[in-house]
Amino acid sequence: MTVVAVVAYVLLSIGALCTLVRLVIGPSLADRVVATDLLLVLVICAVGVNAVHVGRSDYLDVMVVVGVVGFLGTVTVARFIEKRGA
Amino acid sequence: MVLDVVAGALTLVGAALALVAGVGMVRFPDVFARMHAATKPATLGLLLIVIGALLRVDDPGSTVQLLLVMFVQFLTAPVGAHMVGRAAYRAGGLLAPDTVLDELATALADGGPQGPVPPQAT
Repeated sequence: MTVVAVVAYVLLSIGALCTLVRLVIGPSLADRVVATDLLLVLVICAVGVNAVHVGRSDYLDVMVVVGVVGFLGTVTVARFIEKRGA
Repeated sequence: MVLDVVAGALTLVGAALALVAGVGMVRFPDVFARMHAATKPATLGLLLIVIGALLRVDDPGSTVQLLLVMFVQFLTAPVGAHMVGRAAYRAGGLLAPDTVLDELATALADGGPQGPVPPQAT
């Protein structure tokens, strides 16, 4: 199970690095919102991989909280874009 | 033992979806295509990883928590993507130059969100 967890962490990390590239170079604010949203989803996925790895439920609260807070942030910036333009 | 193998396989597939989303974020041409790539791990990838965790963690409280994560994510991911997409389209100028069809533009030109304006009866 450790091998599986390490491979999954590596895959998630490469995806997060690509997302960070888009977050830095993204030409518009909407690109950065999408990238930030995906980054938070990858954080939730990493916590889930940790739960699969150790077989305990230590950090599952983090999954719930990050999911809800990430949605609130996405909606807030989307409304900002709608008022001010990207 | 069998459940562990299944959980590991599901976790690997979910993490691979995250990698695919990262590649799509870098290579796709405009914000709408990138949104299409970004919403795959948000629902399917997270669903696979949560099912893997459900198979590994045997504790009723954490089962409820994992199901709550999936429920919240399936409710909020489409709503958030819809709001970002609508805001990005209305901001204008974000479509890739090689877009071949923009049906929303023609529909808006035909008379706004309600569609073509019906002729007035006299």
